[in-house]
Amino acid sequence: MLGDLISWFGDGANWRGSGGIPAQLLAHVEFTLISLLIAAAIAIPLGLFVGHSGRGGVLLVGASNAIRSLPTLGLVTFLFLLISGAEAAAIIGLVVLAIPPILAGTYAGVSEADRVVVDAAVGMGMTGRQRLWQVEVPVALPLIMGGIRNAVLQLVATVAVAAYVGLDGLGRFLLDGLKILDYSAVAGGALLTALLAVLLDLVFALLSRIVVPQGLRVAARGAAAGGTHP
Amino acid sequence: MWQELLDFLGSPYNRDQVLVALGDHIYLALVPLVCGIVLAICIGWAAQRWRPVRAVALVLANLLFTIPSLALFLLVPSIIGTKILDSANVIVALTVYTTALLVRPVVDALDAVPSHVIAAATAMGYRPIRRFVAVELPLAVPVLAAGVRVGSVSNISLVSVGALIGTGGLGVLFTDGFQREYYAPIIVGIVLTVVLAFVVDLLLVALRRALTPWQRASGQPAAAEPADSRGGAI
Repeated sequence: MLGDLISWFGDGANWRGSGGIPAQLLAHVEFTLISLLIAAAIAIPLGLFVGHSGRGGVLLVGASNAIRSLPTLGLVTFLFLLISGAEAAAIIGLVVLAIPPILAGTYAGVSEADRVVVDAAVGMGMTGRQRLWQVEVPVALPLIMGGIRNAVLQLVATVAVAAYVGLDGLGRFLLDGLKILDYSAVAGGALLTALLAVLLDLVFALLSRIVVPQGLRVAARGAAAGGTHP
Repeated sequence: MWQELLDFLGSPYNRDQVLVALGDHIYLALVPLVCGIVLAICIGWAAQRWRPVRAVALVLANLLFTIPSLALFLLVPSIIGTKILDSANVIVALTVYTTALLVRPVVDALDAVPSHVIAAATAMGYRPIRRFVAVELPLAVPVLAAGVRVGSVSNISLVSVGALIGTGGLGVLFTDGFQREYYAPIIVGIVLTVVLAFVVDLLLVALRRALTPWQRASGQPAAAEPADSRGGAI
């Protein structure tokens, strides 16, 4: 098995052309990031609004829990038949699945911002807008980034599944390999997909260290352990 | 679309197929859930006693949870030597996810058991194993239950991906509908998956209430459920 795997990775033909490893890896990352951007552009403002105003929180949590239980394969195949274009269908499906984690993180971060801190901001005479941008958003950043990391994992996994309806990406090696019984391609593709997920998770973990304000990190160290996203 | 749906469900053959798929789905989702809970509790127990186990378990749990489902389904056979299209692969992979999801809540919940409670149990003559089962574990149930609910939704949704590697379950309705360009089975499959996740969730809430009678007796609110950190389906 290991020998097959090594010879698959060693075969130059697997690295060239539009179906090669670099091209599919790039496609996988591209679909992941595009869907992430669209999902974040919808989920973060919505989460901020609901968390800040406190209106519609129950509805939002209920809706995002319902979306969470949607089977990814069902959603992607349904959208494919509805739209009959692999890329558009897959990206809509990916966006739908990436919204709940980001929305939940943003909403939880803003609505659970320490009341004492928010009250202090009110006491200092901050307007609603100032309070949102200068207090609630920075305090919510760790949870927002946690939501984004969950969304990235969800997206990398779903891009692979969407290869079933014809989307490019590392999922091609898995499903095409299964079809022609080329198990070294299957194992190689699975390994690459797993590595990509681990790598992207590390990149976003690093990113969240960079964007989370210094003061919060000190506070978190004080509060010790049990962060939401390990 | 409605007519198509009614036609699909009108045929006894289709109804049988759907019921078989539903039965498979429940089996493929719940067996790993139970195995995962047992494994996570064992690992949590070990992590409580030995520091290195704790560090390794938490890092490994994070790493395993990161691996995409389809990739894990296909990596399992080359690791444990099963056939590539065996449904055991799905069960093993989902057990890995459930365990990975639950290890941290179990460890956190066991950490949170007040030391005076443990001291009291020891003073009453409880041996370590019995103390763990009769005192520490029940006190960890509220936190554990929150994790189990996330795990059950995630498992129920992920079983469908197994259809791509030829296992049963409601996912078969998706591949079937896709190949025949037929909406009805896909819609039935999606609705049943969501309803199944909802029903199992209700049962788990009822189970948690039954297992934690003291929370009702003392009128305490249910323990704050930890923010759903890694939740959802991968």
